Amino acid sequence: MTGTATLELKGVSKRFGAVQALSNVDFVVRAGEVMALVGDNGAGKSTLIKGIAGIYPFDGGEVSFEGKRVTIHGPRDAANLGIEIVYQDLALADNLDVVANMFLGRERTLSFGRIDEVSMEQACLETLNSLSVTTIRSVRLPVASMSGGQRQAIAVAKAVMWNSKLVILDEPTAALGVAQTRQVLDLVRRLAGRGLAVVLISHNLHDIFEVADRITVLRLGRKVAEFKRSETTQQEVVHAITAGSLESVPGMVEA
Amino acid sequence: MSKVTTAKMSEEPTRMGQEDSFGGYMQGWLRRVRAGDLGSLPIIFGLIVIAIIFGIREPIFFVPRNFVNLLLQMAGITTIAIGIVFVLLIAEIDLSVGFVSGVGGVAMVLLLREGEGNPNWPWWAAILAALLLTLLIGLLHGLIITRFGVPSFVVTLAGLLAWSGVVLIMTTKFSTAGTIVIQNEIVLGIANSFLPTQWGWAMFAIAVGGYAFSTFSQRQSMVRQNLVARPLLVDLLSVGGLALVAGFAVWYANQDRGVPVVAVIVIVLLVSWSFVANRTRFGRYVYAVGGNPEAARRAGINVARIRIMVFMISSFMAGVGGIVLASRLRSVDTNTGGGNLLLNAIAAAVIGGTSLFGGSGKVSSALLGALVIASVENGMGLLGLASGTKFVVNGLVLLAAVLVDAVSRRSRESSGIA
Repeated sequence: MTGTATLELKGVSKRFGAVQALSNVDFVVRAGEVMALVGDNGAGKSTLIKGIAGIYPFDGGEVSFEGKRVTIHGPRDAANLGIEIVYQDLALADNLDVVANMFLGRERTLSFGRIDEVSMEQACLETLNSLSVTTIRSVRLPVASMSGGQRQAIAVAKAVMWNSKLVILDEPTAALGVAQTRQVLDLVRRLAGRGLAVVLISHNLHDIFEVADRITVLRLGRKVAEFKRSETTQQEVVHAITAGSLESVPGMVEA
Repeated sequence: MSKVTTAKMSEEPTRMGQEDSFGGYMQGWLRRVRAGDLGSLPIIFGLIVIAIIFGIREPIFFVPRNFVNLLLQMAGITTIAIGIVFVLLIAEIDLSVGFVSGVGGVAMVLLLREGEGNPNWPWWAAILAALLLTLLIGLLHGLIITRFGVPSFVVTLAGLLAWSGVVLIMTTKFSTAGTIVIQNEIVLGIANSFLPTQWGWAMFAIAVGGYAFSTFSQRQSMVRQNLVARPLLVDLLSVGGLALVAGFAVWYANQDRGVPVVAVIVIVLLVSWSFVANRTRFGRYVYAVGGNPEAARRAGINVARIRIMVFMISSFMAGVGGIVLASRLRSVDTNTGGGNLLLNAIAAAVIGGTSLFGGSGKVSSALLGALVIASVENGMGLLGLASGTKFVVNGLVLLAAVLVDAVSRRSRESSGIA
């Protein structure tokens, strides 16, 4: 479990106008481990991953990827490093089929700019098979026709197909039923088993205690605690989420 | 608890794509139709109704001469509607295409004017310059829409007004009557000349052969890689169907003056833009932006750039349409690009099955929709209906198309295939 740090954030901050969304957060995730990121609404989880994804770059702090200082300016930069984010709202284009979605933005082409559908379809099938995703009937159907679990599987498979080193999952089980949640959690574990670093954002502590190795708790834009799953309890984590060890609200002018 | 049981996700691993038998394929198709994915069905139904009504009321509707007239009448609308399809695919609208086509046509005609003190441009230079101008107009629209975040509806509405003024200024500046006649034979030939019989059949052979080649080579590479291809019978039927329809059209046109040159131009445009929409990255991104702009952005697609390029395509195709229309009318005047043109072009795209809500539609819908619009106008012209009646009928046809789109979209959503 003590692999090298895939992603290391040191003292990152982000301010939106008057709101200090993140202040001085340290965050480390290593290869082969599942790091859970928890916190109440508005704690800064989404801001943190959007910073990593390059959607809203951080204002301050250092970002290192595999030991090297990096600056991430946009989704392309993140993808080039090997960071894939599976969003809560999935970010799939409903009108496109599974293959088109998995390759969106990175299509393989032949002469005359033709998209190489055949090799893309093959790669797509191989990836789904390697993850034992067998619930998808045809990769040539629009994803609009698929269930929440299938879409989640596609989104995760997309991350794997691109040989990513870090996969960030934002509330992957939020909209799923029991059986589908089971499938996605298995998938998360399989990702870590392949040596990927996984960040899992969830409100569901039960899910987290099932798959996470470590748990980072954010509150009001600060990191208030980091636990090893094996050395903590749900009560302790809940206490950190709700009460935290904050003396004051960051960003607020002291009276 | 790091060892998680690898629960089997389903009892038996299902094969990817089960619709490999013909029966299975047809069942899948029927299921989609029932779920509201109607495809071209409403148009085929509409065309049959149109043919029956006008065929009974006015038998001239079916003579070869009128068929060729119909092909000439729909050329301009089809061309402009291709651009509209792209705009609708990204869930935007371009209300300026009518007068942008006017600007294109007028610019070409002005550059062609012959004689002392006139530009005297060769035909190709005048056409290129007119198309470049419309491309720049599209760039301007796209930049304003994306840079300032103004709805395309408003920007192109402003364009509609402004460009109609430009047409008026350009035509009245160089002619007191406001009408400028085209003298160049090649430009006149665009929409007023016809292929000899053998050439018509040669075009038919190239089109059907090309379609068959692309269908079967695609099939071949799928099969070679052990992927599930469409059933062979479906491929054969679609090639055979195209050969039948195109063969009949060529044969029928040859009974009269022959296949119009402009029909060949329109087919080339349709094939080229279908290729762009279905086979290239750009086309894929257009669909992605229309389906889910946020997903496109997160996939690293430059959404603003795609939007600008789509507005450039729409203005460019309006320019091409303007040249075709100017050639057909042999002149331009103060009202070039006005009248029903804009509504007909948008109606053609929508009637053809391109959704107003973005992300769904085909380039070929421009052709099918234009066929409906042009047949209705042609038939009503033959019946000698008053223009008031024509407007009402045209309005109702458009309304019917939009209703079909909205209703089928709703039922697709409720059955989960948007």
